[in-house]
Amino acid sequence: MSVLVYINSAHGIGKNAFETVTYGKKLGDVTVVTNGNVDDASLAKLGEYGASKVLVDKTLVDADDQQLTRLIANAADQVGANTIVFSHDHVAKNVAPRLSVRLKAGLVSGAIALPDADGTIKVNVFSGKAFGSVKVNSAKKIISLLPNSIQPENIGGSATVEAFAGNAGDAKVKVLSTKQPEGEIPLPEAELVVSAGRGLKGPENWGIVEDLAKALGAATACSRPVSDIGWRPHHEHVGQTGIAIRPNLYIAAGISGAIQHLAGVNGSKVIVVINTDPEAPFFKAADYGVVGDAFEVLPKLTEAIKKFKASN
Amino acid sequence: MKILVGISKSPDTTSKIAFTDGNSKFDENGVQYIVNPYDEWYALVRALELKETIGGTVTIITVGAAADEAVIRKALAIGADEAVRVDADPKDAYYTAAQIADYAKSNGFDLILTGKETIQYNGSQVGGMIAEALDMPFVSLATKLDVDGTTLKLEKEYLGGIQSVEVTLPAVVSCAKGMAEQRIPNMRGIMAARTKPLTVIPAVQVEDLTSFTGYTTPPAKSSVKLIDPNNMDELVALLHNEAKVI
Ligand SMILES: Cc1cc2nc3c(=O)[nH]c(=O)nc-3n(C[C@H](O)[C@H](O)[C@H](O)COP(=O)(O)OP(=O)(O)OC[C@H]3O[C@@H](n4cnc5c(N)ncnc54)[C@H](O)[C@@H]3O)c2cc1C
Repeated sequence: MSVLVYINSAHGIGKNAFETVTYGKKLGDVTVVTNGNVDDASLAKLGEYGASKVLVDKTLVDADDQQLTRLIANAADQVGANTIVFSHDHVAKNVAPRLSVRLKAGLVSGAIALPDADGTIKVNVFSGKAFGSVKVNSAKKIISLLPNSIQPENIGGSATVEAFAGNAGDAKVKVLSTKQPEGEIPLPEAELVVSAGRGLKGPENWGIVEDLAKALGAATACSRPVSDIGWRPHHEHVGQTGIAIRPNLYIAAGISGAIQHLAGVNGSKVIVVINTDPEAPFFKAADYGVVGDAFEVLPKLTEAIKKFKASN
Repeated sequence: MKILVGISKSPDTTSKIAFTDGNSKFDENGVQYIVNPYDEWYALVRALELKETIGGTVTIITVGAAADEAVIRKALAIGADEAVRVDADPKDAYYTAAQIADYAKSNGFDLILTGKETIQYNGSQVGGMIAEALDMPFVSLATKLDVDGTTLKLEKEYLGGIQSVEVTLPAVVSCAKGMAEQRIPNMRGIMAARTKPLTVIPAVQVEDLTSFTGYTTPPAKSSVKLIDPNNMDELVALLHNEAKVI
């Protein structure tokens, strides 16, 4: 079976791309389609994870939703792919729904696993409070895979890289500027996350959160009130009305663990909770708990991590 | 400016999430429905702000049963002018988007707003599907929206950062946090909502591209292991040796 994987390479080829190709490879023969300024060597690396061919339209920079839809539809047509896989990021949320209508292909968004034996695919629903199994009734299907749902597997293959004329047409949405935080790990794809809530008492105290994140190589997150009052930027807000994440490790300091907060983080593999209140509801959802003052515990944990890193 | 806002009902965020009929259906027993927060707090309120500054009308549309009219009245109480209910079970995002696109096509809107996703399906699908069906541009996860004549100026979430974009109307936009502040309906709004027009229209025929066959809930966590706050070396050792996450 021919599988088409769309990779957004605007900011380099990263872990999400390797995950998506690994996923596609388990379903069939993978062709990757991508666009923009990206070097062939990085693209060829996708071969190591199972892509046999990479189609790239380098003329298509800052493409809009309609252009990407045409590019991907044309690539799917060329390779005869009935299954298209995305990483469930901002580009997928922009493009996959359009493509679904254009190709009359059922869209499974937020997939967290490979198809089950009966062909249904598990997705996150109720903001992480439950899983649903989705059956696609159409011949063509589109799967948008949540980051951190599958381990990338380097199987040591190689891919040919070919120039591809996407025939994408003109852009209607004009990009004026893109601001990307330098050197920060994007929260949705982070494997390790350090998060804090109202217990930190004020934005001036976030240094101890950032120090721990830095020592670990983790992204930072926060509870809703913290972003509502402007202590932290909106994109750090996790939970039912923020973003849902599934890192390997989620460390929560000074967060009570309200049901709406848990909704966005209970897909995390391991949860560590630091709270002065032994009755805080978050302890019920935690694997490891520290009953203590975040202002003392966080710096101690940072020191312990540094010591561990130095000796490993 | 004629604005259409897609509204979905969602279970109240404190609802117990459980399933019935052999785990094939959401258990609505005791569940309170609210307007999906993204639709209400961001899409609807921003639409009302635009109406207040540049004039126009705000129509809300939902695909659902008669029982959903309580949720529709809530959106009218916040300030929408009129409501449309497509009388059908919103089977999946494609079905829902096809109904809204069909209504929009024959009623000509300048701007169509949706929330970025519902808090129950988290699909982020409906807005983009409407846009494709109407051949309009789509800006997803917008955090800021301003109108300058026939041009929309937007900021949107983009791969951990923010992108500024511009697009000519008509367009479809899905709305995320940052775009507006939640409004609490006042008594006058609630009274007025009772008499605002609510039109019920039949659904158009659409194929089912997807269906949910069943649901599961995550396994319960075993009890928490407490660590002495003065012994963070132990926590680090556990994270390394036992949990194997660092
Ligand atoms: C419709 C709706 C949607 C919502 N969506 C979300 C969402 O998406 N995400 C979200 O997070 N919330 C959401 N909420 C809000 C949620 O209900 C909680 O109010 C919120 O999560 C509480 O944030 P917090 O834990 O930071 O603050 P608090 O509840 O005030 O908790 C602070 C915690 O810090 C502890 N603490 C205090 N001092 C210290 C110290 N020195 N050291 C250690 N611990 C300390 C306290 O014991 C307490 O447990 C939503 C609410 C509603 C109604």
